[in-house]
Amino acid sequence: MADEPLVLGIETSCDETGVGIVRGTTLLADAVASSVNDHARFGGVVPEIASRAHLEAMVPTIQRALDTAGIKGSDLDGIAVTAGPGLAGALLVGVSAAKAYAWALDKPLYGVNHLASHICVDQLEHGRLPQPTMALLVSGGHSSLLLSADITTDVRPLGSTIDDAAGEAFDKIARVLGLGFPGGPVVDRMARDGDPKAIRFPRGLSGPKDPEYDFSFSGLKTAVARWVEAKRRAGETVPIADVAASFQEAVTDVLTRKAVKACKDSGVDHLMIGGGVAANSRLREMAQQRCDKAGIVLRVPRPGLCTDNGAMVAALGSEMVWRDRAPSSFDLSADSSLPVTEVSVPHTDLHAAAHEALR
Amino acid sequence: MLLLAFDTATPAVTAAVHDGTRVLAEAHQVDARRHGELLLPSIDRVLREAGVDKHSLTGIAVGVGPGPYTGLRVGLVTAATLGHALGVPVHGVCTLDAIAHQAEVTGPFTVATDARRKEVYWASYDADKRRTAGPEVGRAAELTPEAVAVGAGALLYPESFPQVTGPEHVSAGWLADFAAQELAAGRELLPNVPLYLRRPDAQVPAGYKAVLPA
Ligand SMILES: [Zn+2]
Repeated sequence: MADEPLVLGIETSCDETGVGIVRGTTLLADAVASSVNDHARFGGVVPEIASRAHLEAMVPTIQRALDTAGIKGSDLDGIAVTAGPGLAGALLVGVSAAKAYAWALDKPLYGVNHLASHICVDQLEHGRLPQPTMALLVSGGHSSLLLSADITTDVRPLGSTIDDAAGEAFDKIARVLGLGFPGGPVVDRMARDGDPKAIRFPRGLSGPKDPEYDFSFSGLKTAVARWVEAKRRAGETVPIADVAASFQEAVTDVLTRKAVKACKDSGVDHLMIGGGVAANSRLREMAQQRCDKAGIVLRVPRPGLCTDNGAMVAALGSEMVWRDRAPSSFDLSADSSLPVTEVSVPHTDLHAAAHEALR
Repeated sequence: MLLLAFDTATPAVTAAVHDGTRVLAEAHQVDARRHGELLLPSIDRVLREAGVDKHSLTGIAVGVGPGPYTGLRVGLVTAATLGHALGVPVHGVCTLDAIAHQAEVTGPFTVATDARRKEVYWASYDADKRRTAGPEVGRAAELTPEAVAVGAGALLYPESFPQVTGPEHVSAGWLADFAAQELAAGRELLPNVPLYLRRPDAQVPAGYKAVLPA
């Protein structure tokens, strides 16, 4: 398979500096430097701290990825980078590095969408995505149901959160329970010793008149905080494991129910789940049960590929090369609110020419 | 010596090629919000204009600030990555030193650039352009600058800097010239590390990770 495209991907949309190297759908390297510990005491990602860390980590992380893959930069067929969405200043570090690297090596540059990358990473685990694919993306930054007919050109949003992202809800509940940041892994761990049926927390946007594929986690978060507060006021011990398990149950119930419904309604027999929250053990378990029951094939990458990383960007970049999609130009900009429908940022020479003409 | 130089620490996006004695090509655009878009096309352009193959470069000189961080990092990460990919050393230059190198003044003077938030990045120099104070960041009104000042930061605060002369922003040609002279004299330049001078704003914005429009 040596003729499959060899692509290096750079991801800096949040607090992970990720550099991955992929050949076709084979993962060769996935180097990640995280600044998560620097943010912990603030209870969330501090953009300036993340950007400073990206700058420091960039070249060492590229070097580590090259060493792991056992290749030289000159062997590459292309450089891919997350152009958005994400934190503006953080994205800009990765985009600038990718441009410099591509230019220095005379390789094509591909500015790609972070969300499409989260979907495409599954190719590294389970082979090429079926077309179309239904994707549930759940992380600290996004909670969306997406239908993709072609991962390099066509991603359509069916629904998304109208308030908090699922991962944000985990962070906030962890804060309410005094479990620290980030909340996802610790809530998952605590929940294993709890009873998911102990408390019936609300399922957002699940009424008959609510939008079918949108999510809301803000009401759930408030309900959990109120419940915990009431216990504390009454001088009772808060059953942390039960609260964690019941909260997690409410989140995964809504996510999996809506995702399976979207598959059935659209006649799609594959569901992929990606994003950091896809690492949640209860979400994986419940999704498997419900997909099995509905005759849907579930594809969830291993937890290490679900969180933000460079491999997912390389995976999409490699697919772009393989399908002969147009590269980006060297005036590529980082776009913190890049719409999910824009899988890649195309060449802007026409735009640039118009700009020049006006000068 | 064949240096590629650039700086993104001021509103200017500036790039130049220098052969150790003179500037072969220079590009200069002032747009504080588009450093990321403009820098690499500028680099590409100056190399073409100078007729220099990037593989024949012997080093990169980059302004390491001080300057507003988001733009500043564009230059630094570009320098680091180019240096890595091309296998050439990266030399850091204090942006204020490069402005001082260009300044046409006879006595001691202060260089000041805009640090936003009603502050300036500044440093002072003697008549031989040796730095005597700074670089630091502070409110213009609280400084004791030299009689003559240089830079866009000085123009912003006429009460603190009554006598201001050019240039406003840094030029990569002059930055390269400064680096070339220092290197030729056997002096060390700075590491490719940003002069932030301020601690990061440690505030998590509300809805910090919500990057998708609802
Ligand atoms: Zn993500």
